[in-house]
Amino acid sequence: MTQANTPSSPQSAYFIDDHSEDAIVRRTLAAIVDNEPGVLARVVGLFSARGYNIESLTVAEVDHKAHQSRITIVTSGTVQIIAQIKAQLERLVPVARVVDITTSPAGLERELALIKVSAATGSDERVEAMRLSEIFRARVLDVTLESFIFEVTGGSSKIDQFIELMEPLGLIQVSRTGVLSIQRGLPE
Amino acid sequence: MDTQEKIADTELTMTGAEIVVRALCDQGVDTLFGYPGGAVLPIYDALFTTPELQHILVRHEQGAGHAAEGYARSTGKPGVALVTSGPGATNMVTPIADAMMDSIPMVVITGQVPSHLIGTDAFQECDTVGITRCCAKHNYLVRDVNDLARIMHEAFLIATTGRPGPVVIDIPKDIQFSKGTYKGPEGTQHKTYHPASEPHEAGIEAALELMRNARRPIFYTGGGIINSGTEASAALRALVSETNFPITSTLMGLGCYPASGSNWLGMVGMHGAYEANHAMHDCDVMICLGARFDDRVTGRLDAFSPNSKKIHVDIDPSSINKTVRVDVPIIADAGKAINALLEGWRREQHPRNDLSEWWTQINEWRARKGFAYEKQEEQIKPQYAIERLYELTKNRDTYITTEVGQHQMWAAQHYHFEEPNRWMTSGGLGTMGYGLPAALGVQAAHKDALVIDIAGEASIQMCMQELSTAVQFNLPIKIFILNNEWMGMVRQWQQLLHGERYSHSYSDSLPDFVALAKAYGGHGIQCRNPADLDAAIEEMIAYDGPVLFDCLVTKDENCFPMIPSGAAHNEMILGEITGDEIDESGKVLV
Repeated sequence: MTQANTPSSPQSAYFIDDHSEDAIVRRTLAAIVDNEPGVLARVVGLFSARGYNIESLTVAEVDHKAHQSRITIVTSGTVQIIAQIKAQLERLVPVARVVDITTSPAGLERELALIKVSAATGSDERVEAMRLSEIFRARVLDVTLESFIFEVTGGSSKIDQFIELMEPLGLIQVSRTGVLSIQRGLPE
Repeated sequence: MDTQEKIADTELTMTGAEIVVRALCDQGVDTLFGYPGGAVLPIYDALFTTPELQHILVRHEQGAGHAAEGYARSTGKPGVALVTSGPGATNMVTPIADAMMDSIPMVVITGQVPSHLIGTDAFQECDTVGITRCCAKHNYLVRDVNDLARIMHEAFLIATTGRPGPVVIDIPKDIQFSKGTYKGPEGTQHKTYHPASEPHEAGIEAALELMRNARRPIFYTGGGIINSGTEASAALRALVSETNFPITSTLMGLGCYPASGSNWLGMVGMHGAYEANHAMHDCDVMICLGARFDDRVTGRLDAFSPNSKKIHVDIDPSSINKTVRVDVPIIADAGKAINALLEGWRREQHPRNDLSEWWTQINEWRARKGFAYEKQEEQIKPQYAIERLYELTKNRDTYITTEVGQHQMWAAQHYHFEEPNRWMTSGGLGTMGYGLPAALGVQAAHKDALVIDIAGEASIQMCMQELSTAVQFNLPIKIFILNNEWMGMVRQWQQLLHGERYSHSYSDSLPDFVALAKAYGGHGIQCRNPADLDAAIEEMIAYDGPVLFDCLVTKDENCFPMIPSGAAHNEMILGEITGDEIDESGKVLV
């Protein structure tokens, strides 16, 4: 294709991600939107209409006075596709702004998962599951003679790892919130 | 007294239907296109007592939408359409999608079943905002009559600013009846929608730097310049004249630079000029102004203008780097960016680029005469028909609309435009049936102009019913059908791609167009002999009323030159089809 350009080269007035490579990257995007009817459908519809991928999505009103919601979307694509997703989202009328949390130094991501594990009283698995949950700082939400429910928060990879460890011990069911995001420090 | 009147003027209590009509008047709307039905009756009732709003009653809601597009494209003002719920709204979907693709400012008002019936599968209910969400720039379902005035004014703001597009307002019938507060359009603002339009200085400087050092530059212009207004076209002409750079345009941008201008290369793209496509391929600096690197323009992406630095001016940030990577993006209104480039070019004294080699090369391409065709004595060639139409109408106040297909491309190639807003065609969506209703919209805005829909015999039948509208409202449009008894572009592709198996592309059982025109109350003309053509066209122009002109042309003419799908700009085919132009990978492209 055309010649590659260095990111935000001096001759460019805008920051442009360098997308000379076709590698697929995973990105967390946060969209601040007007909380009006249909806004989520607009965002989700854009992803399906243009063939973009949604790995997880969370949404809730975060400013009741301004009626603004925060939609955090985990998506994947080439860097060029990610830039395009961002631009397409910003083109929607009720979208105030879109932040790339993954590339932002101030970006923070957290996810919460509820994980049910079978563990009969007195079994080695039960002891091991308890021990691992302490390492992962998981809380025990519910306990029966046959099972635990753990609540664990953290980055997605930490949760993936915990689930992986629970698998051989008797993983029954998983429920995850999807990624939430926020930025450190004071808003610019 | 004065202050009281002022208060009364800015805050009035009225019904939702009255709010709609009042907002239209306050927005400067003089014409709307529509079709009544149960869910918009209150608005039609309010229109009954508002004679200053010209309402053009169409015969099918699709016609209302395309007419509003034609009105908008020819005036630079937003087009307005009014239709009922359910089928009225679904029939509007095609024009809405069409306006979205071509960035046409349009406000569509749809009736909806009463609020308490929404979601119950009521009579003539459909989820209009759901259906139009993905094909409109924005849409609203009005839930409170007190929001209605704000929504009306916001809709006009959104439709006309930034990258223009269609906005849909869905109004339940109970909202139209209930009383609420009206506020005027003054100070209308959207709380989150603030499109940027001023060019960034650093971008302009970077662009100028590339332009000053260019040896093989080209301006690649598009519909964004027309949307920006006539001043943008004027600034473009000055910029071209001062730089002496060659200029091409997309289908949507025809007219922003005069076809008679010495730097004009003709249209770019699949059926564009040989010299324009070659220049795009070989240039070293491409200045894209208000165009979007559409696939009909670029051809094979990885072979698109491989050695050029690209400057891209677009008001829509999502157009930047969407398909083609550019070096200098400038997010701005095309007109403002052109003015900034012009100022910068004038400000800094520098030796004028030596473009003599480049122009020599371009003139060699020009000498190939890519639009040439074999003349015939016995039969009318479609290109010849357009040529004669152009010659006999070019000195008049003429507006051209088209349907979609071969005739559209021949019109773009052989009809030449000197001014913007004179050419209305469905570029992005490629909607057959666009041209006739669009011509109505143009004629409604320009009562004394000569408005011609260049059509094919297949396309014209998609919105044929609107001839009745033309007769009712004394809109003397001229429909010039290039009748080759084929869906010509389909036939051409079947010849190229599908081993000459002409599956369902023959226009069988055609109506007698002359008799049809008469049946509608218009005037019909048929012409089959090249010797009679001029007189017949003169007769069409002279007739005071709608004319259906059935121009019988050679049946198997192909539209050349052509960049076969999957090929690069410098692989244009000029004439005969041999059958091996398109490889397997190209065949799956459209």
